[in-house]
Amino acid sequence: MSETRGHALTLREVSKHYGSFTAVDRVSLDVGQGEFLTLLGPSGSGKTTILMAVAGFVTPSAGSILLDGSDITPLPPEKRNFGMVFQGYALFPHMTVADNVAFPLRVRGLSRADRDAKVRAALDLVQLGQFAERLPKQLSGGQQQRVALARALVFDPNLLLLDEPLSALDKKLRAELQEELKALHQRVGRTFINVTHDQEEALSMSDRIAILNHGKLIQHGKPLDLYERPRTRFVADFLGKSNFLEGIARLPTAQGFTLEAGGLNLAVRGTAPGEGARCLLSLRPEKIGLIADGATADNVVEGHILAWAYLGTGYSLRVATPSLGELRVALPAWQATIAPSEGLAVRLGWSADAAVPIEDDAA
Amino acid sequence: MNDTGRVSAGWWLLILPAFLLLVAFYIAPILQVLAISFTDPEPGLGNYERIFTSGSVQRVIMTTLRICLITTALSLLLGYAIAYAITLASPRAKGWWLLAVLVPLWISVLVRAFAWVTLLRRQGLVNNSLMGAGVISEPLPLVWNEFGIIVGMVHYMVPFAVLPMLSSMREIDPRLLAAARGLGASRWEVFRSVFLPLSKPGILAAAVLVFIFSLGFYITPAILGGGKTLMVAEWISLQILDLIRWGLGTMMATMLVVAILVTLAVFSRIVDLRRIFGSGG
Repeated sequence: MSETRGHALTLREVSKHYGSFTAVDRVSLDVGQGEFLTLLGPSGSGKTTILMAVAGFVTPSAGSILLDGSDITPLPPEKRNFGMVFQGYALFPHMTVADNVAFPLRVRGLSRADRDAKVRAALDLVQLGQFAERLPKQLSGGQQQRVALARALVFDPNLLLLDEPLSALDKKLRAELQEELKALHQRVGRTFINVTHDQEEALSMSDRIAILNHGKLIQHGKPLDLYERPRTRFVADFLGKSNFLEGIARLPTAQGFTLEAGGLNLAVRGTAPGEGARCLLSLRPEKIGLIADGATADNVVEGHILAWAYLGTGYSLRVATPSLGELRVALPAWQATIAPSEGLAVRLGWSADAAVPIEDDAA
Repeated sequence: MNDTGRVSAGWWLLILPAFLLLVAFYIAPILQVLAISFTDPEPGLGNYERIFTSGSVQRVIMTTLRICLITTALSLLLGYAIAYAITLASPRAKGWWLLAVLVPLWISVLVRAFAWVTLLRRQGLVNNSLMGAGVISEPLPLVWNEFGIIVGMVHYMVPFAVLPMLSSMREIDPRLLAAARGLGASRWEVFRSVFLPLSKPGILAAAVLVFIFSLGFYITPAILGGGKTLMVAEWISLQILDLIRWGLGTMMATMLVVAILVTLAVFSRIVDLRRIFGSGG
């Protein structure tokens, strides 16, 4: 497939109501040319509804959808020229792999010779050339997934839409296909829009992630920015794990402020809320370290281990602290200085820039 | 080996009573029918020779086949449309549709046949309305002929066509239809290359069911045919009850059973082929 530039998609104040239920609430979003965007959210967040609206299967109650600046909201799905990989793949069970991939070409009236050449190229792209004459049910889940990809890409679609493309696969295969999908995206240079509830998948594949909850777009940005700078409690909690520290902001300075929480004064770098304001911090478990007696850090609390688990790559600890309550700590196993055990007294420390002030959007 | 032998012997014991019942009341009479067809009025193949020599025997067979094929085709066509509409209908509407399909099944076939007679006869509702509207000047011959039989039989058979097709349509994943449209297929193309092929097992099952049912149909042809158009079942009863020609009647009954078995054999071949085609690895 040639190095074609992708197309840009814009959602402008898109809403979808089902009776009194609001599935999508005024979502505006730009997807750049050739970008890999993931819509991430729990079930019922409206992510699939948005994808179906982009595909044309759902008509928005309000707002518009634009492709390269022109309005496509009233177009039926078959006129949009979008490739789509459905949840469960939706391969036609009565057609061979080759016929499945040829289907979008056949309905577009391509000649048999053109069809055959494109089908071969698409199947080679997903390394399934030798399976052309098999039926879908004779393939493994991962292979079916690739057939669905080939079928969605074979007709040079304007966009590729992926509806939880990896959710039916086991963990190991999923990780493999995440890499493949990302490599495929770079190879074909098209705009991909992916829907998932799997935060790991979103982080590893996407150029940009849009996080949704209850039909609203909560935050969007590069994976790193979202992870490091979550705007709200929901984002911090949904994308990765987080400890939440609540307190009163004191002594705002240019660099940061002090959070008065549980009788401690915690140093925080970042935009200071006003003096005396209530403030919530997100602190990632892996940014907390165990520190030796006598050593110091910007912030230090003492506690004892409540529970622990060995995860291969590291330890996951739950530490009870008298001042801040329970804290989750993730420790790389190879540099752990202690052998965790229940009740063991530990000193936890983290730097001033480890914790991020966030909005509290949890009801 | 020994174990499985004992287990299957146990299973055979379980079905033994049913098997004996079948032998006594079903297989034995059929064998007797077969025997009579070869022995009455004199031993030999005389009765079967009639298939090739007797014009009236051939006419009955051809009439029956023609009516059955037309009935099957029309029932499939109507049934498919109904099953398709039910599949696409909202859950609430589905219930009403199904009820409408099933209600005729609960009404006696005799009642329905006479209902058609009152509708289709010379002074019936259809002819009177058409004449009243000035469309025709003479009543149309709508009943006591093949047309009447086919109307009555199609009416009877449509539910039997709907049910197997409906169940096979229900198994079609709606995402496949959405996927086809998303890939650029028009509604008609989606129907033609996805929905229709996937509903084929239901069509085949309905075809066999309706065709086999039609072959041995008695009451509806007897009433709506008015004794002028004879189908096999009525002809058999005529031979045995009125003309006391047991040999000829049992010969035709045997042919009927053979025709049904052949239809089933052909069908099972098709189904097997499908299965081999589908799962052979």
